[in-house]
Amino acid sequence: MTQVSPVESATVEAPTVPHRVGSDRPFYICFGVIGGFYVLLIVLMLAADAWRVVYDPNIATWTSPHAVFAALAAPEIQYAIWLSMISCTLTTIFSLWVATPIGYLMSRHEFRGKVIVDAILDIPIVLPPLVLGLSLLILFQFAPFRWISDYVVYEVPSVILAQFMVACAFAVRTMRTTFDQISPRQEQVALTLGCSQSQAFFAVVLPQARRGAMTAATLAWARSLGEFGPILIFAGSTRMRTEVLPTTVFLEMQAGNLTGALAVSLLMVVAAVIVLVLARLFGLRKAVVR
Amino acid sequence: MICVKALTVRVGSFALRDVSFEVPARGYAILMGRTGCGKTTLLESICGLKSIASGIITLDGVDVTALKPAERGIGYVPQDGALFDTMTVADHLGFALRVRRWSRSDTTRRVAELAELLDITHLLHRRPHGLSGGERQRVALGRALSFRPRVLCLDEPLSALDDATRRQMYDILQRAQQHEHVTTLHVTHNQEDADRLADTLLRLENGVVMDIPCRC
Repeated sequence: MTQVSPVESATVEAPTVPHRVGSDRPFYICFGVIGGFYVLLIVLMLAADAWRVVYDPNIATWTSPHAVFAALAAPEIQYAIWLSMISCTLTTIFSLWVATPIGYLMSRHEFRGKVIVDAILDIPIVLPPLVLGLSLLILFQFAPFRWISDYVVYEVPSVILAQFMVACAFAVRTMRTTFDQISPRQEQVALTLGCSQSQAFFAVVLPQARRGAMTAATLAWARSLGEFGPILIFAGSTRMRTEVLPTTVFLEMQAGNLTGALAVSLLMVVAAVIVLVLARLFGLRKAVVR
Repeated sequence: MICVKALTVRVGSFALRDVSFEVPARGYAILMGRTGCGKTTLLESICGLKSIASGIITLDGVDVTALKPAERGIGYVPQDGALFDTMTVADHLGFALRVRRWSRSDTTRRVAELAELLDITHLLHRRPHGLSGGERQRVALGRALSFRPRVLCLDEPLSALDDATRRQMYDILQRAQQHEHVTTLHVTHNQEDADRLADTLLRLENGVVMDIPCRC
């Protein structure tokens, strides 16, 4: 092996040719093309929906706006719209109630079995939706859940519970990240200033988690709106009873009413976009106020 | 008076063992030591923010070792100030007083008194966002002093400040200590802080706190 003495290594001189780097343009073109492809795919998908609502290529005719509004005005669809709005809002409220303490504990504390709890909290996200619905159905065959089964399964509460099981898991993730980003130092200072742990949480931590909570709520609401698999199994698809908007799309498709299915789909897209924009605007305004 | 006897603290693989020292009542002690030697750990243990393995901490003769941070009566200023983003400067100064259920008039008077002492009256309606480093530290100091603690613990409060602001802070710290009659333990690795402020100089080395004669 060649031995290099410190003196020899110190005498190595830098090359006389100036160091040059290539253009950054290929890097940004590459990333831009890949990213742009996905963004374009999303936009085209939504545009195709919108186009198909107003124009039927099979019979090469324009669809009258009246037909679209008539489809949305059907009593079954009106019921589905209201049930979706109410169930999604309730699910969001429940999800925030549950996600805030879980997110806080998981962010701030180390305890035995935390890894296992962490994995359990992810199960609703990774579990196939139909399996989740089936699991809920099976759960309500056992006491104490069986005792209230008649009031829950295939009834409106089952819709909310099915939505909650998935939406809450996403809210937990978001709230945990939110608390991770808030320095524990401020909470510690609050403790030295005379606060109990709960006072420090409600007076110092929670107000700072407001934007994260808003994001969690948005995510939970949007997830709930699109939830279909668990609802189909656990709540059924009974019209004017447990029918939410995704169920309507499914039922209208089965009935061959593509215009109705598309009109409802578009309605869901618009609702989701409005919630997303409102949440972004709200978050942005808060940031500016700060 | 701060009295620490045979304090042992373990944080992961790091440990402070059998640390003992005293700071006289109404004294201003500067605790120096190299980065990573455990200065902040020691300060947090005194504040009750780190659980200790053994030892006794007494403040003005009262054993606070088993007390919660809220019950120790220590004003704490961390390195970055750790201001509450959603509160105004006035809210910061009145925070501990509201927790202690002071009357509204007493709180208002105390906030005004502190704001004048620390020269932050013009900032009372501002939020932390946009305050300069020196302003942030003055607010953090006012918040820590608001409830008239018997002890003030400062964790490198001047480390992020430029020279001019640092010198301005020396005057403010001296003025605040004389006005509030508070026993102060100030952690730093800056010799000038010690020269300007300390009447007791302590050095933490290899887990041992040594008393060093002051140059001032």
